[in-house]
Order: sequence, then structure tokens, then C-alpha cells
Amino acid sequence: MARWAEGSCGVDGSIAISSQVAIRGVSHAFSSGGPVLEDIDLVIEAGSFVALLGPSGCGKSTLLRFISGLDTPAAGSIALSPSADDAKAQPGARTKLAFVFQDAQLLPWRSVLDNVALPLELQGTSRAEARQRARGPLAEVELGDVHERFPDQLSGGMRMRVSIARALVTEPSVLLLDEPFAALDELTRQRLDERLRKLWQARRMTVIFVTHALAEAAFLAERALVMSRRPGRIVLDHSLQLPDDRRIDLRTNPDFVAQTALLYRALQQHGALDDEQHNA
Amino acid sequence: MSNPTLRAVLQSALPPAITFVVVIALWEGAVRAFAVPKFLVPPPSDVLLAAWAERTSLAAALLTTAEGAGLGFLLSASLGTSVGLAFSLSRWLERGLYPYALFLQTVPIVAVAPLLVLWFGPGLRAVAVSAFIVSVFPIIANTLAGLRSVDPRLSDLFRLYGAKLGDTVLKLRLPTAIPSMMTGLKVASGLSVIGAIVGEFVAGFSEGNAGLGITVLSAYRQLRTDLLFAAVLLASLLGLLLFALVSSLSTLLLRRLRAPG
Repeated sequence: MARWAEGSCGVDGSIAISSQVAIRGVSHAFSSGGPVLEDIDLVIEAGSFVALLGPSGCGKSTLLRFISGLDTPAAGSIALSPSADDAKAQPGARTKLAFVFQDAQLLPWRSVLDNVALPLELQGTSRAEARQRARGPLAEVELGDVHERFPDQLSGGMRMRVSIARALVTEPSVLLLDEPFAALDELTRQRLDERLRKLWQARRMTVIFVTHALAEAAFLAERALVMSRRPGRIVLDHSLQLPDDRRIDLRTNPDFVAQTALLYRALQQHGALDDEQHNA
Repeated sequence: MSNPTLRAVLQSALPPAITFVVVIALWEGAVRAFAVPKFLVPPPSDVLLAAWAERTSLAAALLTTAEGAGLGFLLSASLGTSVGLAFSLSRWLERGLYPYALFLQTVPIVAVAPLLVLWFGPGLRAVAVSAFIVSVFPIIANTLAGLRSVDPRLSDLFRLYGAKLGDTVLKLRLPTAIPSMMTGLKVASGLSVIGAIVGEFVAGFSEGNAGLGITVLSAYRQLRTDLLFAAVLLASLLGLLLFALVSSLSTLLLRRLRAPG
């Protein structure tokens, strides 16, 4: 793919890599009882954009936490490894993860620039250098002019863009997003969807995007995974047949509508929409 | 009125000022009208006169008490926040020691004060320790609660980037805890004056300078109720002053942290 040819270059000289995520036989039950995930088995290719779609409470966020390593599943394993090309080009390169939460989760006492610099600081980069390196991702989300503002001086959409810049600052090879735009209004959300897709196209990273909105999943991803109600299983694994270049007006395209309908039927067949919102 | 700050000041200061004037006037009037014996309730004018007549000794007593309360408060603030921090870092430590920290809160300070004289000798040290005992628990409890109130997703974020414990404490937990810690410090500031006065009742007899607690005791023995009132008022004012000091520090800090409240 063409976008891989460029690669994006970190300030420390290392070339950003993309990683494969292999999920093998993952099952899990909450200690309070019921099973959450049932035998999830899938491989997410390095550099792909995958949407994980399902009703609330189906365990998709739990799966995302397992992938991030924040929690461990009761059974099964999850392996993250640099793509074959990257492993050859950069022996010893490690998978770097970034996580974007549902709310922006910024530190209110830190300026925009310092919030974005935080991950680098935590990994041992000096404050001055971390601040310098935070400028790039902020420019990428078009917030180059609000470095010294504080989160309470920003709109919800801007806060989310800061959160995305913070995730990008470490040049992650896997970016996990857990319903990041769910709390935003529809217009802001669509603009952020478009921006996120562009960011992905400009970089080499694997993106796993959890959502319960059909249209958002279809708009963003190359591949959509539909999960059933709890206990969550993968009930549909679908490669979206849509052009690479996606704009906001894609949502009115007949192909797009057909693809969304396909996802909708998968959700419906597995009882996922019985009592549920489907923000398509 | 054109000046908005002046207006705001007036709006907040005027109602309590009116209350003050009305209460003083009623008090003065009632005491005179019903001819209440002065050793029971002196009129405010007598209190003022007594305060003026004894101004040198009262000022010295105020300074002595302020020293004891201030020292005790600083001790509480430093030890209380450290202990709260230690508890937040170790569940074992918390489980093992928290019940005994609670003991500091429930111990009748008047009953313990004689022990303090035995251990620390009469004077400033015993008074400061008494102020410390009374004021430390709210600081420990509020520090601990504040440090525990971190958003779990922010903890996740720090964990994801492999943050060292020191960074997590300095860059996440302490900034999160500061509003709660400030609440604890505000409560403790008033309590430390109470602890100092109680300490003085038992332990304040050494050295040349006696605190307001001693003034209250000796005024009581001489049935100089006007002087007693003056000393009690001064002690309350001292508590208010300490509270105002901590409050303004808190406001400044919270503004820097952009925390609500």
C-alpha cells in the first residue's frame, strides 16, 4: 500500500512501525458471574483499521483492555508483534501502544502542550524535549495555536483532538480507541472521524476502534468485526468494500448505505438490537 | 455603582457587618435594660474597655497562643500529609495504623493534656503537641481520600506508559488530591487554636509569657468576665485568621490547578 512507503519518522530517529495483533482463544468471565467474552479468535493485520462493533455491554471494551495489557483474560492469549517487514528492517523494535478513552481524560492542571507531552515525560524524556516533540502531533490535529490553553478553555471536540495528539506523540504501532467520540455532537463526530482516517492514512499504525455506531464503523474501517450480545462472540468479520478516500459525503453513497445495512443485519440477527440504540 | 469589584466586596461584606452591628446593639441594650450582673454578661462596651486596658498583656498572650497553635498546625500539616501519603501507598500500613490515627481524633484532649506536660514539660512544646493531636486527623483523612479519588482511567493511562511510582504520585495523585487536602487543612487550622487553648489550660504555666488560655483561666478566677470575653474573642479571631490564611493559600493553589471550588 502506498501510504506505507513514506513511513513517519520519530524525532528520536526511529521509524514508526506497525504491529499485528493476534488474539487466540480469549474467554473471560467477570468475578461477579456471567461470561463476558467467549472464545475470541482473530488476527488483526499490521497497519489495518478495524472497527469493533457491538451493543453496549457486549465485552468490546473489555477486549480492548485485554489488547492494551491493562487487564488479563481468564483464558487465551494476546500477542502483539511488529509486522514482518518492520521486524526485518528494525530488529528489536517493540510494539508501542496508545489508548484513547471515551472522554478526553486530560489533566486539567496541564496546558494543552504539557498534556500531549505527558506520555513522553512518563517514559523518561526530559520535559523540554517532550514539549518540543508534542508540537508535531498538535499541528497534525490542527491545534498548533492553542498550546498554552488549558482543557477547561477548549470545546469537547478540541479536547478530544488533544487526546488524540497525546496518543500519537509516542508514535504508537497500535492505536486503541474506546468509543472516543460517543459524547460529541454528530457534526463534530463526523469531522473527527474524517480526521482520524486521514491520520491513519498518513501513518503506519494499526487502529482498533470500538464503537456502537454502525455508520461510524463503516466510514472509518477497512474491516468491521461485529460482536453479539454478552457473552460476546465475533458474529461477522467483514471487509468493507469502500474507496480509500472517504469524505463526509460518502455517507450518502449507495455503496456505503449497503455496507451499513449489512452490518445492521448482522447485529439484528444476533439479538443485539432488541433493546438497543443503533446510532446509524 | 460603577466599580464591580467594590460592589462584590460590599455585597459579601455588608450582610455580616449589619448582623454584627445589630447583635452588638441588642446585647448592649439588653444587658443595660435588664441590669444583668456584669460578672455574668458584661456589655460589649466593657469588653472593649477591658481589652484596651489590658492591651499589652493580651497582645503578648495572643502571640504566645499563636505560636503554639501555629507550630502545632505546621506539625499536623507536614506529618498529616506524609502519613496520608504513606497510607495511600500501602494498604498494609493503612490497615495497621489507621485505627490508631483515628484514636488521635477520639482521645479526650483535656484528659491527655496532663500527660503532655509530663512528657514535654510545661510550655510551648506541650501546647504545640496538644494543638497537633487535635488537628492532625482531618488532614490524614482528607489527604488519603484525595489521593484515592484519582480517576481510574487516568491511572490506566499512567500505567499504559509505564509511569514510575514517583511520577504517578507527583504528576497525578497529588494534584488530584490537593482540593481535598486543602479542605483538611482548613478544618485543622481552626482546630489547632482550640487544641492550643486546651493545652494552655493544663500546660501553659511555664515561662514568662502565658497564652490566651491562661488569660481566660485567671480572668475567670478573678471574675473579670469582661477580660474573659475579650480573651475568648481574641482566640476566635486567631482561629479565623489562621483559617483565612489557609483559605487564601488554597484558593491560589486551586486556581493554579484549575480545580473547581
